[in-house]
Amino acid sequence: MALSGLDIYKLLPRTNCKKCGFQTCLAFAMQLAKKAVALDKCSFVSGEVRAILEAASQPAIRKVEIGTGEQKCLVGNETVLFRHEEKFYHPTAIGFIIEDDMAPVELVNALDEVQRLSFERVGQKIGVELIALREKSRDKQQFVKMLNVVINKTQLGIVLMPDSIESLRPALEICAGRRPLVYCNEPREMDAFISICKEYKVPLAFKAKSLDDFSNASKRAIQQGQADLVFHVSSETASECLWQLTQIRRLSIKKNERSLGFPTMAIIEDEDEPKGAAQAAGHIVKYASIVLLKTRKPEYVLPLLTLRQNIFTDPQKPLQVESKVYPVGLVNDRSPVLVTTNFSLTYYTVLGEIESSRVPAHLICLDTEGMSVLTAWAAEKFTPERISDTLIKFKLSDIVKHKDLIIPGYVAMMSGDLEEKSGWNILVGPREAAGLPSFLKNLSV
Amino acid sequence: MADELKLLEKWSLKVHEVKLGAGPSAGGSREIIFNIGGQSSFPFLFKEGDIPNRPLIAAEVLDCVEDDWPVGLRTDLASVSKDPVEWARKMASDSGADLVCLKLQGLHPDLGNKPVKDAMALVEAVLKNIKTPLIILGCGSADKDNEVLPAISEATKGERLLFGDVVSENYKTLAAACIADGHNIIAESPIDVNIAKQLNILLSDIGMPLDRIVINPTIGALGYGLEYAYSIMERAKSAALAGDKMLAMPFICFVGQESWRAKEAKVSLNDFPQGGNARMRGIMWEVVTAMAMVEAGADILTMRHPEAIKIVKSAITDLMKR
Repeated sequence: MALSGLDIYKLLPRTNCKKCGFQTCLAFAMQLAKKAVALDKCSFVSGEVRAILEAASQPAIRKVEIGTGEQKCLVGNETVLFRHEEKFYHPTAIGFIIEDDMAPVELVNALDEVQRLSFERVGQKIGVELIALREKSRDKQQFVKMLNVVINKTQLGIVLMPDSIESLRPALEICAGRRPLVYCNEPREMDAFISICKEYKVPLAFKAKSLDDFSNASKRAIQQGQADLVFHVSSETASECLWQLTQIRRLSIKKNERSLGFPTMAIIEDEDEPKGAAQAAGHIVKYASIVLLKTRKPEYVLPLLTLRQNIFTDPQKPLQVESKVYPVGLVNDRSPVLVTTNFSLTYYTVLGEIESSRVPAHLICLDTEGMSVLTAWAAEKFTPERISDTLIKFKLSDIVKHKDLIIPGYVAMMSGDLEEKSGWNILVGPREAAGLPSFLKNLSV
Repeated sequence: MADELKLLEKWSLKVHEVKLGAGPSAGGSREIIFNIGGQSSFPFLFKEGDIPNRPLIAAEVLDCVEDDWPVGLRTDLASVSKDPVEWARKMASDSGADLVCLKLQGLHPDLGNKPVKDAMALVEAVLKNIKTPLIILGCGSADKDNEVLPAISEATKGERLLFGDVVSENYKTLAAACIADGHNIIAESPIDVNIAKQLNILLSDIGMPLDRIVINPTIGALGYGLEYAYSIMERAKSAALAGDKMLAMPFICFVGQESWRAKEAKVSLNDFPQGGNARMRGIMWEVVTAMAMVEAGADILTMRHPEAIKIVKSAITDLMKR
């Protein structure tokens, strides 16, 4: 847990010797708390104090890396229980369980299906992160053979789910460099898994029945030198899973319970696809770091990826697009001009509706710091003055020959004022973007 | 097995428990009645507090259907969508929905401007054909709603229905009727905790008991601002459990009407080949929107597609197992 400046000050020599470059130890402590300066600047702190400060600077929930290079996926390191308190940092990694008892050609098809699960929403690419290969064949040669196909076919992160320790070593022999997540399904083999994961320097996921069991197992793993761990929460009832996921998050963040400060994983075993997707939705919002699914169908995966995008958006920083004039379609100097805000969701919704109207138009996105139309209007970021200034700034009178400006229906009340201030003729558009196609079509008639 | 390791929040207040529907002994005619709210923890954390009631699903029934429904939804509801009474009866008996939410949008001057007597006759017929409580929503035109809803309130006096929505700018007329006739009321606020609280205070000031108010936090669909209402609900629930009785009301989330407006719920396979089966995509848009709201603390979800209702009902049943 992070220490405050005052907490740190109490641990410093408090001599104000100025050798660190600061006037007082307190000033130095404040900078340390902000992580703006290194502790090394003070040569008088004891080893003991150094250890305390280092431990405190560790994140409450360990950050675990799976995969390498561009496809590296980071999980854990969350700092709050509720996104409104700050934000959620590392989006739930979404992966797919593929069993090794299929023909190579089927596996290739399955991997192709997974690769296609990549979409663009509100200007962001959203996709999936992990392929989990589960040994069902009970044949380590088959497992390794299929793993080879996975390695060659995809750059996604790999989760190895061997049936026993026998299959793990040959699998790691060929893919340890990809930094896979190893999954230990059998608590009795835990020690053997720990020692191999330590040897190959890869993270280890394991399941346990209770929070106490997770805590004891993680302490044992750390003692043996394996610190990259993931907890697979797998209770029989959905409410007990939620309880454990919530308690793991709470105890590590609010009580600094180190033995529980690890990312978590949920595996959707239900063969019923809609039911499984509904369970996965619950895990994405509360509080799984990794969710493994069986279904690969886009109609189930896209809603989950969208939910993840929503929940992991920074609540303090709405997604924004650049403030400028966007030409939509083959515009000319007679095309209609619309104005809206630069909140991503607003922009992409309006953009989509203009496109579907097939009426080319100029779309001005006013800089409202990412606020939506009504919020921006209430916060005085979407006012007649600001719209008039923006028309001048973007030289709209050079772009089009007419002087008609379409404003959102929700701000109809500003049309008189705006007409006066800007000298443009104001047309009140529909309140919802969905009304734009018929509005624009009628306009062009 | 009991875990040694746990951290319990020390909450000091329960959410007000709202009774929906009244049976013959209580002056109504409902055979099935429900309670919502009453919880003293975040959703499904049974080891932390009391959770006496499960979230309910209200099937959306409309007196006139918009023409922008996607093909899948239109086909799946074709047998009932022209007959709201049959629609309500079927949803209440077959889909697994707990109750019915009747939206009288045909009253709206832009959507048919139906006369008051039609709406009153419809409500009467629906009540006769279902055993469950009923949620009755106006059309959103303040003048028309203020004319119709109080009349329906009076005609259904004693049934303990749930009427909506009232907003800060227009609450007195409908609230006065609901107070007099023993109904509950939905208080709508635009994704804003402070306005939600202020409206509850206003309602309380004119005599509405706190255990007859349900908050509509105005949700966005999955992909269309869902996270705003999600966090507003969590903030309001934290404040409520920590002792703010003016925010300690159950939530109603209009999942069906919002999720079926989303582009991804509507667009065909031809226009969005990488999006998979269009019918199921629409259903899952509604399901995932609903699941997020359930986890955020929704007490009533209004939903549209019968299959989405089944899936979410089953997920709620699973989450309620201890």
